[in-house]
Amino acid sequence: MIEKFQEWHENRHEYQKEWKRRTGNKIVGYFCTYIPEEIFYAADILPVRILGSHEPQDVTEPHIFGMFCPFCRDVLAQGLKGKYNYLDGITLAQSCLHLRQAFTSWDLHKNPGWSYFLPMPNHVQSKRAVPFLIEEYKLLIKKVEELAGKKITDDDLRRGIDIMNNVRRVMKEIYEFRKEDSPPITGTEAMYMACAQFFTDAREFLPVAEEVKKELETRKLDRDPGKRIMLVGSENDDIEYIAMIETLGERESVGCTVVIEEHCTTTRYFWDEVDTSIDDPLTAIAERYVSRTPCPSKDWPQRTRLQRILQLAKDFKVDGAIVIQQKFCDPHETDIPFVRKFLEDNGIPTYFLEFDVTVAAGPFAIRTEAFLETLEAEEDLF
Amino acid sequence: MAKYPTEPLKCWPKAKELRNKFYKNFEHAHDTGGVRVMGSAWALDAVPMGLGRDVYWVTGEPYGASCAFDRPFSAECMDAAESYGFSRDLCAYMRNYWGSIILNKYAFGGSFPKADFAYSQHICCSHAKWYQNACELEGGDVPLYAIDVGAGAYPPFEPEMYQHRVKYVADQMLDSIEWMEKITGRTYNDELFFEACWNDIRSTHTWAKVCMLNRAVPAPLDEKSIYSLYVFGTLQKSNGDFADFYEELLEEVEDRVKRGVASVGNEQARVMSDTQPPWGFLKIYRYLETWGVVSIGSLYTFGLEGMWLYDEENNEFKPRPMPTEKAKTREEACMMLADWHLSKPEYQHYYHPEYKTKMMDAIAKNWKVDGIILHYNRGCEGLSVGIAENRLGLLERGNKVMTYEGNMGDEREFDLGAVQMRFDIFLESLGLKKPEE
Repeated sequence: MIEKFQEWHENRHEYQKEWKRRTGNKIVGYFCTYIPEEIFYAADILPVRILGSHEPQDVTEPHIFGMFCPFCRDVLAQGLKGKYNYLDGITLAQSCLHLRQAFTSWDLHKNPGWSYFLPMPNHVQSKRAVPFLIEEYKLLIKKVEELAGKKITDDDLRRGIDIMNNVRRVMKEIYEFRKEDSPPITGTEAMYMACAQFFTDAREFLPVAEEVKKELETRKLDRDPGKRIMLVGSENDDIEYIAMIETLGERESVGCTVVIEEHCTTTRYFWDEVDTSIDDPLTAIAERYVSRTPCPSKDWPQRTRLQRILQLAKDFKVDGAIVIQQKFCDPHETDIPFVRKFLEDNGIPTYFLEFDVTVAAGPFAIRTEAFLETLEAEEDLF
Repeated sequence: MAKYPTEPLKCWPKAKELRNKFYKNFEHAHDTGGVRVMGSAWALDAVPMGLGRDVYWVTGEPYGASCAFDRPFSAECMDAAESYGFSRDLCAYMRNYWGSIILNKYAFGGSFPKADFAYSQHICCSHAKWYQNACELEGGDVPLYAIDVGAGAYPPFEPEMYQHRVKYVADQMLDSIEWMEKITGRTYNDELFFEACWNDIRSTHTWAKVCMLNRAVPAPLDEKSIYSLYVFGTLQKSNGDFADFYEELLEEVEDRVKRGVASVGNEQARVMSDTQPPWGFLKIYRYLETWGVVSIGSLYTFGLEGMWLYDEENNEFKPRPMPTEKAKTREEACMMLADWHLSKPEYQHYYHPEYKTKMMDAIAKNWKVDGIILHYNRGCEGLSVGIAENRLGLLERGNKVMTYEGNMGDEREFDLGAVQMRFDIFLESLGLKKPEE
């Protein structure tokens, strides 16, 4: 069953088009994980995240100045090239300015007829954030109702919460297997699975994930896990890179397994559930998005991410962390020196890599290999 | 040959004196038991003024620009910030500022004065992070409060100004007052706050009126001079001396218009710019003047610290009228200030480039602009966001547009010769002739 995630990942457009034909319902593309998918599920609309294609492109230059991140340009390129022409709407919640450009340019040049920008609060550590977000959700709901052609009730919202929480729960249960000394799932497979969440209907993802969870109970991989690596940083769905470093051990290098990540494609996205003990579903959803593991652009005045990263590193017993950043990603660039220092002060060696749309496989392999060797080496030569 | 009479601004020496005093005040605040505050130029700087008349600011953006103007010092700052681990594509002001702290060197001499607390706002990805890191670099014992102003666009770009959005910003201000009392041990004085709040409104309104006068032909002000004048809004718009200065400036510029005094005596064509200039290379504006070209300003210089309203129906851009009366309670003052600042023109493009394109087009048409020069500024993510779409939108609306790439604060990313060559080509396309050497 685990191969199903890769299939969904590679055939996301076919899946989504087929879903639309099959259900007769609408699909909205979103650009950042601060969009409350619960509200879209409540309206029987499928929310799908637009991730990178990792293909070189030459269509965004007139629309986005080159100092903005390659991910936002890759996202926009897919819109401009018409790969998502089947969408019924697009939406973005306030997070980084990079993705905002992808969204607004898409809105200007490929507007599918419905678009919405949600002013998700930045000051999530303020007690004012939740009441503000609830009011914003009410405005969003009105717009979503126009698209869906139906009213959204509290029961609908509770259904949306359940749909999302069920997937979050099973994802965390599957991640538990990665804590094992010899994880039965590789980082590559885990990344396929994490990304497949964005491309599929959560109700169709869930039974497959449940099946995979059962499989993992007895699954044994015929490989040496090598060093246990954590990936930390900005948006990352670069499966090619993960696959490359996880096969280094097959070539007389120090091997490794990616056992945990802190990205908005992985744990920052699914780790936190909506608290169903809160009566008002809108309040419960707002509380969840305000208190979830933050994007660095919202992680102030306290840098709360550090403790959460460290906790993951400890729980998953990592030997080292590769700090990954999309080139030009300002939010992460403002955090990285402090993330690295904090991890190193806590005994976790780090290595920094700056990513673009396509991975320079050779140099990245050499650099990662060198880092893995430092994890293997004696601490003091003399 | 000059077509129009020209003369220096009479208030120029006063402007210099006020600016120098501002930076010295911050440096010497502790000598008399005063409070030092650091924060963004866009911070709601009126709020901390309720702590007393001895509260002195340094604001990061004009400070970073001052560093950039001193290129050797800026290079030192950049080195220090990058050696610490910060990426060189981050905001150039921020790197100058962090570099100053790391080096412990104040751009105006001596060691970098440590702030008692940081008070900022957040709309671009970096604003609150700037001071989060500055506090950390200062040793981790400088507390930070930042107000999220990313509460949505202002009408006419949204159907209405939803009250919960204004309240969100105002409530954060109210919370910050309690926080400041706690961290400083001072009792907050509402009367001082109301005064500062009104000064803020007065200075940002008056600045917009000054910029309106540049519709005149010949333009009474050129943008290089405007940079030295708009800066007071970025230093501290709630400062009474600065609000008074803007009123004096308004009178003087009105008089220049009445007498037909030009800033560029041989004005033959008018351009407007966008985003911050490359501060270490302001001579590019003098270069334009050799062609008889005056840069009349920009949405940036008009709307960063000036309050305007865009009229969609008439494609007009006019100063936002001041409220009819002053606030009488703390809550009223916070709501008034929040609503006033959420209408800031330079906040609107954060939500959609189309909003900025409309305002820029209104400036181009109403200030009789012949061409638009966009600075693709690698040094500022916040003001470069959407700039490529602005170019397309302005072209669609019949404007002549050129771009050049540079950096407001990092001289390593600016090529003077290449930029001047691009200017030559653009100005020739406007029908101007290259001046003889």
